[in-house]
Amino acid sequence: MVWINALLQGVLLGGLYALFAAGLSLMFGVMRFVNIAHGDFIVVAAYLMMTSVLIAGVNPFVGIGLVVVIMAAAGYLGQRFLLNRVLGKDILPPILVTFGLSIILQNALLEIFSADSRRVQTGWLETASISLNDVVALGLLPILMFVAALAVLALLQWIFYHTALGRLLRATSDDAEIVPLMGGNNAHIFALATMLASGVVAVAGVLLAMKTNFDPTAGPARLLFAFEAVIIGGLGNIWGTLAGGIVLGVAQTIGAQIDTGYQVLAGHLAFLAVLVLRPRGLFPKTIG
Amino acid sequence: MTQPLLEVRGLTAFYGDFQALFEIGFSVAEDETVAIIGANGAGKSTFLRVLTGLHASVGQDIVFSGSQIAGISADRVHKRGIAMVPEGRRLFPSLSVEENLLIGASGGRDGPWTLDAVYDLFPDLTSKRRNPGTALSGGQQQMVAIGRALMSNPKLLLCDEISLGLAPKIIKDIYAAVPRIHDLGTSIVVVEQDVGQALAVADRIYCFQEGRVSLTGTPETLTRADIAKAYFGIDEEEAA
Repeated sequence: MVWINALLQGVLLGGLYALFAAGLSLMFGVMRFVNIAHGDFIVVAAYLMMTSVLIAGVNPFVGIGLVVVIMAAAGYLGQRFLLNRVLGKDILPPILVTFGLSIILQNALLEIFSADSRRVQTGWLETASISLNDVVALGLLPILMFVAALAVLALLQWIFYHTALGRLLRATSDDAEIVPLMGGNNAHIFALATMLASGVVAVAGVLLAMKTNFDPTAGPARLLFAFEAVIIGGLGNIWGTLAGGIVLGVAQTIGAQIDTGYQVLAGHLAFLAVLVLRPRGLFPKTIG
Repeated sequence: MTQPLLEVRGLTAFYGDFQALFEIGFSVAEDETVAIIGANGAGKSTFLRVLTGLHASVGQDIVFSGSQIAGISADRVHKRGIAMVPEGRRLFPSLSVEENLLIGASGGRDGPWTLDAVYDLFPDLTSKRRNPGTALSGGQQQMVAIGRALMSNPKLLLCDEISLGLAPKIIKDIYAAVPRIHDLGTSIVVVEQDVGQALAVADRIYCFQEGRVSLTGTPETLTRADIAKAYFGIDEEEAA
């Protein structure tokens, strides 16, 4: 029964990992651009949430909205005025620039908030749980976080497949060079993609802040989980990303069930196994 | 003669150090169909890419509809009313036929070309509207590519090698659409390697050779020998 408990906890954790992965996948899908600072953006969102709720005393729900708006706006401006300048045929400049951003963000957070671990307290939610039997109990907060992740992924799916913006983003992902021939401005479209990805990053950061302790150096590990979830799920597939997140989450909780020290290792092993057995991921994009 | 819809003077373009176009002069009148012929590598496609803003030119004199468009970005050229059917069709694989058409309308102008008008022009596409664009036959893909360009209601439609790789019957069907496009007020430039097709459809012909305009004229006035010389750079009689 403890294994079923671990499995269910892993599934719930997978929702958060899917959110980590979705933003990364979206930016790579549209711009073929790997954002090395992705994990640090998640941590920045977590600190923004902490600052608005704990320091500025903003209502947590308003805080979430605020973080999403700030991150989305920063994402648009950062892409339009910084990252677009290094996009091109050579993939190295964007990697170097975002690597630099990662270092800058970590040190800025360290300077402002110190190296102490932080967490956004959620009051009674932290201990509330639904008991299925004597052994299996699911925390209400993880369940809500999983539902929130599903809602964000469903919203992304809807935007991608039922709106003019989604159509434009998919077209840009297919063949960015000729999109201007249809009247699309690539600099603006790329910035919109990053804006959308940053909105998802904001929600991921807020959930991270409520779920666990974080500190200024927590970003790179989140980037790694995001990468693993994307690769496990298969690039360019939103529900595949969710599956990737869940596989990673389940591997980690099963690993932790064996021995606490195996948690992260088990996730990496699951990732390596998928790389060996299905290098294109569990649900690769079938078209294009 | 009235003010041409498009007038190009002294247009020069490079790929790195390689000069692809030399002092090109070119014009298209309102309601005119102009064909550009020439061998591979003559600079035809580069010329279209320069007109659409996809490739930078050196000569800064491209006047379209009374205003200078040299040096402006491709999306802004599109908004001014120039649309292109790119070589190789280049449909978006992850978009359905209808989505490919709708993409063409983004940022375009109002006018007679709507989804219904495109389906009316190319009835074959009606039953395929939900299919991925790239799951169609070559001819149908070309129809989507033309429809996608028309959806922006362009004043000028540039078609790059629309007959390339298609069966003669399909080419005939596609070229049958040209007069109807024309009738709805769009001028057309076709880049074509098939000289017979170009002569059949065009009001005027430009022949490109090694980045230069080697010949211009109307299909009625150009002789086969003129064209052969301008196309290949050799005199037919000498060659014989």
